Amino acid sequence: MTAVIRRLAQAIVVLWAAFTLSFVILYLLPGDAVLTKLGSADGGINASPEQIAQVRAEYGVDDPVLVQYGKRLWAALHGDFGRSIATGDDATHQVLSALPPTLAVSGFALVLAVVFGGGIAVLGTYTRARWLSHLLLSLPPLGISLPSFWVGLLLIQVFSFQLGLLPALGSTGFASLVLPSVTLALPTGAIIGQVLAKSLRTQLAQPYVEIVRAKGASRRRVHFGHALRNAALPALTLVGVVAGNLLAGSVITETVFSRDGVGRVTAAAVSVQDIPVVQAVIVLAAFFFVTLNLVVDLLYPVLDPRLARVPGELTRRERSHA
Amino acid sequence: MPDSVTRRRTWSLPRQPGLVLSAVLLAAVLLAAVAPGVFTGQDPITGVPAERLRAPSPAHLFGTDETGRDVFARVVHGASLSLRATVLAVLVALVAGAAIGLLAGFRGGWLDAVVMRVVDVLQAVPAILLSLAVVTALGFGTTNVAIAVGVSNLAAFARLMRAEVLRVRSSVFVESARASGVRWPGVLARHVLPNAAGPVLVLATLTFGTAVLEVSALSFLGFGATPPTPEWGALVAGGRNFLATAWWMTTLPGLTVAAVVLATNRLSRALDGERSELR
Repeated sequence: MTAVIRRLAQAIVVLWAAFTLSFVILYLLPGDAVLTKLGSADGGINASPEQIAQVRAEYGVDDPVLVQYGKRLWAALHGDFGRSIATGDDATHQVLSALPPTLAVSGFALVLAVVFGGGIAVLGTYTRARWLSHLLLSLPPLGISLPSFWVGLLLIQVFSFQLGLLPALGSTGFASLVLPSVTLALPTGAIIGQVLAKSLRTQLAQPYVEIVRAKGASRRRVHFGHALRNAALPALTLVGVVAGNLLAGSVITETVFSRDGVGRVTAAAVSVQDIPVVQAVIVLAAFFFVTLNLVVDLLYPVLDPRLARVPGELTRRERSHA
Repeated sequence: MPDSVTRRRTWSLPRQPGLVLSAVLLAAVLLAAVAPGVFTGQDPITGVPAERLRAPSPAHLFGTDETGRDVFARVVHGASLSLRATVLAVLVALVAGAAIGLLAGFRGGWLDAVVMRVVDVLQAVPAILLSLAVVTALGFGTTNVAIAVGVSNLAAFARLMRAEVLRVRSSVFVESARASGVRWPGVLARHVLPNAAGPVLVLATLTFGTAVLEVSALSFLGFGATPPTPEWGALVAGGRNFLATAWWMTTLPGLTVAAVVLATNRLSRALDGERSELR
């Protein structure tokens, strides 16, 4: 129980640190969002000193840094990241309300990534045909190397314009979900495939595999009944990374496919230097990462009873490997 | 199942042509960055309106865009800016990351603990979001994009450098150097850095491919070079409105990026493999 509490405390510290980091980057680096706001909204150069002072006071950028930080942290604890500089809406609301369509694409992409990435790893290490194994195991490094914005555009070209099978743009209906999800699944599936294949190869070289084989277990039984079960556990530590990837990848895919969602909101916010919205997105990403890792860490002893005594030990080691 | 030695041999032999091809491609891209005139005599900025939206042909290898500019010429001239941004990004990650890792590993204690937690957090936020945050703060432009990509990649360098410093620190030769009266700066310069340089440089080559991808992604989103200037990601973005009619405007510049990333990854994996075999 104390281990759980300690792990929870760690998660909260990481989240706080992510907030602090984003504060340092966004609020302390040079660049003046107030001037950007006046520039975009009120005709910029014509803004009087009084106007500038008023807007600066409104956004609290005149306070000493530590006071600003304290205020923002206190507000963030209540889920308030300030008002969007561009639209004036609540930044948290703006990001959270864009979440459902992003989650839909990400969820579908995750399924595709696990099925195909995992499938490639399992088949690539299982098959006896060497050419097939080479072919399959060379796919993940290829998948990681392709720019996803380009893959998305290629998919639109082929499946929307040439074949006319799927809609190129928009966010309505299941059909519009397919191409963005495939695009998003490619790098994620590649990572899953790479890690699982490596993990499977490590497991297959373990002495216990030798023993199971000597006892007369079939190839299939050794592969799926023993090696895969052990290899899948380390791959679970990827969950946090994968979730982050999906969220970050949505910035690209949602722009390419003109879909609504957090990625679109993020890209739009960056293009007008809308600091509160960008900060909300970053803390949201860190929140996903931390929460999922916490869940995985707590699930670990349940999935692998050998770890019940020292929870967290293996996961930390595994993570430093990844 | 064959033992690992024979497997490695069968692995590497048929793939050697790939390695050669990768080296040739990267050499060509480097040449294009330094002397674009070697590859094309056409103007990348001003086009010939009469020749707009032409499909690829011997006269225009990659076709022409909506204002009649030769896409191949734009890709060739874009190499310079794209590569400079990538190199700057890798340098930022390498220098800043290595300095942080060196300091943390060397000083140890609370400083190490604090610095490494910051590095943990850098890795908890996805790279693209982190670099978008930096771009939000610094503003747009290729240089800022490069710095942003560098920042989002420095955590891995800090980690590796720290691990190397810790490894070398406890070694016998450092102990004997200390015992014979060499001061810490001397130990750092003479023993720690040369020993850590290898793995860190391999990581730098591995990061190169990632940096090409991230720089081009950010410039695709429109945060990099301003329009008339050719830059790879921006070129792909520029062809978006002509997807249905002019496939070459997006496909061929994007293919260039993909080929460069694949080639760098292939080369750095070869370097990495050589290193681990030497060990």
